[in-house]
Amino acid sequence: MNNYVPIIGLEIHVELKTKSKMFCGCKNDPFHAPKPNMYTCPVCLGLPGALPVANKKAIEWTIKLGLALGCEIPLFSKFDRKNYFYPDLPKGYQISQYDQPLAVNGFLVIPSVVEESNLSVSGVRDPSTRRFTPSVGMTNKKRIRITRVHLEEDTGKLLHATVQGKKISLIDFNRSGVPLVEIVTEPDIHSSEEAKAFLKKLHQIVRYLDISDAEMEKGSMRLEPNISVSGRRLAVSGKRIELPNYKVEVKNINSFNFVKKAIDFEVNRHIELLDRGETPIQETRGWDEKKGVTYSQRIKEEAHDYRYFPDPDLPPMRWEKSQITNLKSQIPELPDEKIIRFVNTYQLPEVDAIRLTENKELADYFEKCIKYQVSSIKKNEVSAKDTANWLLNKKIHIVKISPEELIKQIAQAKRKVTVDPGLLQQVLQEVLLQNSKAVADYKAGKTGVLMFLVGQCMKELKGKADAQEICAKLEETLKT
Amino acid sequence: MLLDKTIAELAKGLRNKEFTSVDLIEECYQTINQVNPKINAFITLIKKPDVLKIALQRDAQRTSSSSPLHGLPFILKDTYNTKGILTSAASHVLNGHISQYNATVYQKLLDAGAILIGKMNMDAWGHGATNENTDYKPVKNPYDTSRVAGGSSGGNAAAIAARMAVFGIGEDTGGSIRNPASWNNITGLKVTYGRVSRYGCIAYASSFDTVGPMGKTVEDCALVLETIAGKDPYDATNSPHPVPPYFEELLNISSKDTVIGLPKECFSEGLDLEIKKSTEVAAKELESLGFRIKEISMPMLTYGLAVYYLIAPSETSSNLGRYDGIRYGLGREYFTPETRRRIMVGTYALSAGYYDAYYKKAQQGRTLFIKEYEKAFTQCDVLLMPVTPHPPTRLGKAVDDPMQNLLIDVYTVTQNPVGVPSLALPCGFTATGLPIGMQLVGKMFTESLLFQVGHAYQQVTDWHKRKPNLIEAA
Repeated sequence: MNNYVPIIGLEIHVELKTKSKMFCGCKNDPFHAPKPNMYTCPVCLGLPGALPVANKKAIEWTIKLGLALGCEIPLFSKFDRKNYFYPDLPKGYQISQYDQPLAVNGFLVIPSVVEESNLSVSGVRDPSTRRFTPSVGMTNKKRIRITRVHLEEDTGKLLHATVQGKKISLIDFNRSGVPLVEIVTEPDIHSSEEAKAFLKKLHQIVRYLDISDAEMEKGSMRLEPNISVSGRRLAVSGKRIELPNYKVEVKNINSFNFVKKAIDFEVNRHIELLDRGETPIQETRGWDEKKGVTYSQRIKEEAHDYRYFPDPDLPPMRWEKSQITNLKSQIPELPDEKIIRFVNTYQLPEVDAIRLTENKELADYFEKCIKYQVSSIKKNEVSAKDTANWLLNKKIHIVKISPEELIKQIAQAKRKVTVDPGLLQQVLQEVLLQNSKAVADYKAGKTGVLMFLVGQCMKELKGKADAQEICAKLEETLKT
Repeated sequence: MLLDKTIAELAKGLRNKEFTSVDLIEECYQTINQVNPKINAFITLIKKPDVLKIALQRDAQRTSSSSPLHGLPFILKDTYNTKGILTSAASHVLNGHISQYNATVYQKLLDAGAILIGKMNMDAWGHGATNENTDYKPVKNPYDTSRVAGGSSGGNAAAIAARMAVFGIGEDTGGSIRNPASWNNITGLKVTYGRVSRYGCIAYASSFDTVGPMGKTVEDCALVLETIAGKDPYDATNSPHPVPPYFEELLNISSKDTVIGLPKECFSEGLDLEIKKSTEVAAKELESLGFRIKEISMPMLTYGLAVYYLIAPSETSSNLGRYDGIRYGLGREYFTPETRRRIMVGTYALSAGYYDAYYKKAQQGRTLFIKEYEKAFTQCDVLLMPVTPHPPTRLGKAVDDPMQNLLIDVYTVTQNPVGVPSLALPCGFTATGLPIGMQLVGKMFTESLLFQVGHAYQQVTDWHKRKPNLIEAA
């Protein structure tokens, strides 16, 4: 019905999990610090005379992320000062990157649910699982352009509390100077589903690279969509859409689902306004997760003037091509490649491959299982598909159960299934006859002996049966 | 006076037990008590009993392998962090600010066994050329207490001239070591950018700031630089360039193979005639030592002040952003008018819409200076220039005229944007008895050559041996 197209761009901040902070040697562990302000030094407290020294690892990791996102890595980059006042910013400026970031012009391919996105998009959601299933979209891929990936430092954290009846603000600098990567996309996203798919995929890549915990609840991954709605329908994909003359930024969202909800809320709000012939105000809004609404935080007065200039305390960065190639070679196999390999190597359905590669730990576990089964179980006894099925459907605790253990379980389960029902019945009868005392006890109410009888049956069957099945059958027989 | 001796002489005397560190401290404090009230060089004078205690320890610890600075009393410009001691940058914005850590340069001197006796008055945040922009009252010139000591490292220079300490560490962003060195008849070195760690030095303009020695003689500066120079992992702009044995190398020079260039632009309009004459006589003196003197031209130098007074305020406007009074010190309302002017100018130059016209243009100017100096150094090895356009001003004169204040730096503001080292040393006196200095400028990391030329000059002249009458009177 409507001709509106949501125009969405994303800005994502990810805290890197380097051992030390971005510009000093302090421990980088703000979320597990036993006390506030304990991981601090003159540098991250902004004391007079302190100087920053850049963390090499953080720079390399940012470049790796840039490469994983298909970015170009300019051979020259630098840090700039972003000057503004806020009590959580001890130097009066944030060391960031302005016009020459570490990585530019990348892209991320995401599953796109519908070619032409509009508000009915949420209906595509699978009603039974209530889950966004990427496999649906994998047949319909979409490229979201990434404008830039840059490196900066995080700020301290303000806590507003009432102490002895007095309202006060406290500052914790444990987070001050933690390396923070900012990823900015072009406004190529046209639905909340796409936004969520993009974020999930980015999160997955960050975790694959093992450069951040990317935990949204803790704030080590922070999501900020900017949203506007264009009145013009997107005719053919790839054709330029006219960008609206406003945009609304929503801050402080800490889950993918909330991003989706916030976008849906905003898009609806904008459309209502647009329908009335009004233009939404350019502003920054917050997300109220309890009420499920966004609320105005600050209207963009005049554009902020951060007086960016190159940080004279930090020499610019110049790279040799070989250094970039070297970093590229250190990037592990990423989900997209892994999916293809899993499909080709293990003859798995794409949907299985996608789910198995959702996180690297599961994918690695799967491959360990495959390796083990080849060496220790009869050939082809447990197929890759069997393993995949178990991993995907049986909630296997991959930390507690070793791959070897799992393969044994699968093999055993497979063997059980092959027990002839006639044989099973025969064994059952024999066991009941030979253990008449136990049978009598059971009938007298000592139901505990049931497990003894199950054990006897299993013994006869040399373990090649499903204990639960035997148990049920026994109960059934004993009751009659 | 023991304090008339050079560092090498003092080190030898201490080693041979001719006198002790305690004797040196006693003499310093006696002079300080008598002379400092007249010139106001100190912001913090460390309590004498505390210093004596350290001096006793040093006397007991001394071995033949001790550093030449071991047991020598020294001073720091109040811009260096000294754990447990007030570090104010001469501004009430840092009222009561007790340092939480040690500046690298201070730590290196402590490690060498030197003894800190005081933190010195200066132009607040380094903003000034007369040491009148201070919340601790101006420093007066020991040669004429109705005149300024110069700035911004004025307290250091006046105190060293008046024999209150053996040597000091100044900080030079656009002449702040060289200008007061000249006006107080002492020797001071603006090092190559990156030669000495800036960690713990309160920043004025980060890309210009340099940490350097101030002393009575060239050889004193050489000994101090040997101790404080070198790689510091806490300063990313610090250079890994090896530190030569400056003192040992002092005589390793062939004067006839060394060309000293005189940029004619520095000797034209605006230069005081007595300073011009003294500097030219010094050039003749050097020529008589075998150095080859050559007149050259550096027309770009005329743009020095314009470039300097855009980049330095831009950086300082950002560097001073942290002094918000939230965590330490007092509020921004305590910035002086001169500092406010520099913050305003810098904020403006970095603003959207003006950045290209001012900050960026100035950085382009900076590149032209680099080329200008490169070109000059194809024609000569060392440049000889005046330090200031006139002798020390009367108290209150320059501070009432901000423009005049800026102009004092005309000969010293182009070296910092380029990064090259410059050694300021005494070369005469005016008819009224005011000191005159000259500066020797070299290529990056040629401190050794500057020391050699300066030392050769000081071997045949005795300007540097003169001291203010004030001490004699005391």
